[in-house]
Amino acid sequence: MNDIIEGLQSAVGLIIHLDHDLIEISLRSLQVTISAVLIAAAIGLPFGAWLSVTRFRYRRLAIALLNALMGLPPVVVGLVVYILLSRSGPFGVLNLLFTPTAMIIAQVIIVTPIIASIAHQSMRELWFLYHDLLISVKTTKWQRMKALLWDGRRGLLTATLTGFGRGIGEIGAIMIVGGNIDHLTRVLTTAIALEVGKGNFPLALGLGIVLITIAILINLAIHTLSRTEREGTW
Amino acid sequence: MVESILPVSLQNVSVRKGGKSILGPLDLHIGETGCSIVIGPNGAGKTTLLRLMHGLERASSGSVKWAIRKSEAYARQSFVFQTPVMLRRSVIENIAYPLSVRGVRRRTARATAEDWTEKVGLEYAAHREAHVLSGGEKQKLAMARALITAPDILFLDEPTTNLDGASTQEIEALIRVATEEGTRIVMATHDFGQARRLATEILFMYHGVIHERAAVSDFFDGPKTKEATTFIRGDLLI
Ligand SMILES: Nc1ncnc2c1ncn2[C@@H]1O[C@H](COP(=O)(O)OP(=O)(O)O)[C@@H](O)[C@H]1O
Ligand SMILES: [Mg+2]
Repeated sequence: MNDIIEGLQSAVGLIIHLDHDLIEISLRSLQVTISAVLIAAAIGLPFGAWLSVTRFRYRRLAIALLNALMGLPPVVVGLVVYILLSRSGPFGVLNLLFTPTAMIIAQVIIVTPIIASIAHQSMRELWFLYHDLLISVKTTKWQRMKALLWDGRRGLLTATLTGFGRGIGEIGAIMIVGGNIDHLTRVLTTAIALEVGKGNFPLALGLGIVLITIAILINLAIHTLSRTEREGTW
Repeated sequence: MVESILPVSLQNVSVRKGGKSILGPLDLHIGETGCSIVIGPNGAGKTTLLRLMHGLERASSGSVKWAIRKSEAYARQSFVFQTPVMLRRSVIENIAYPLSVRGVRRRTARATAEDWTEKVGLEYAAHREAHVLSGGEKQKLAMARALITAPDILFLDEPTTNLDGASTQEIEALIRVATEEGTRIVMATHDFGQARRLATEILFMYHGVIHERAAVSDFFDGPKTKEATTFIRGDLLI
């Protein structure tokens, strides 16, 4: 018990004094996950819109597949990306293994289905409302997607933040392809695991507090957004 | 003046859904001017007929032929739904939307939409979000959005069914002006008074087909079929 209280005290101390390692690791976490989420949103949001307005033979199957991909185990994603990027793998020449880029690639794979699926759900509802009007005024497919993406932007922001929340707390894939190298690929989650292993609780707790704070802020934002959306206050 | 997309003729068209026939088979010819009002009991097929002509339903058999190519013809008609669809945007952006879709420059589209807020009496609400409007205001918005493209033909599906008397009058005034300016009107209603006030002719639908077609006074003063007589008298029609 004393250990924990002492740990918490020195954790708060590290945060207040802006401990150099703590800042560096936190910023790298944000850098990796924000990059991954931006790429994932650029792919997932238009894909979700396209899926909402397009009828094709295997549409139901595609949606089921997308939902299944949401549950992709990060460790397996990490393993596959590791194999692809390892020296003997097809992309070995790029020398990306154990770099932040490799971590971003793995997170894009994990986060894109999440963003696409949640975005699709919200845009499908909107398409149900808009359908008759948008067909009536002779919109092209691209104009329909644009209307859903723009008018559904609150829901899309929620989808994107959900993806961010998933990425920032992820450890399985990032550990494998990043390797948790000090000053290079160490991020909040991998650092916590390492510091706990070393018995360095103050730093581990300090990192944990930062991670939890980020997670809480994200959830508050999602909560606020979905409430304003439900009430129709734009 | 570009040539009109009218007349339109429906040849032996039918619509089937869920294994049963909900419209037709029927033939119909709609000329270049006038206001045709479609009446008939609930479930008679009024909505389906209007949606079919506008390309929102697909014919299971037969054909709908416009005077010009179908893809161009659809772009020169508008539809006002029973429950107006509001885009999650401001009133003015809703009204301007069909112009933006047609590639009109944003400033021009907004200026034209601004004129239309005045024509339909919504200038006080131009910059409000469309979803906060009352039912009557929403339908006026829908009228402006339908007329802003100066369509050759305007379909209206029971546009005043959910509105109070004052709003109904305003919508009817807009329809009258559109008719006078040469827009062909095809409208479904179950309000006989409205039919008398606006129609040049009545299409009486029953069980998915057009049972009777007559000039408005002929129809109400001397319906030719037993079903129409019963319907006008207000008796239940089974
Ligand atoms: N999607 C559908 N599936 C099955 N039946 C339908 C569908 N849409 C409409 N119908 C049926 O078609 C008939 C005609 O409907 P509708 O054109 O809406 O009539 P009205 O507008 O005259 O009330 C009704 O009996 C209705 O139940
Ligand atoms: Mg109807």
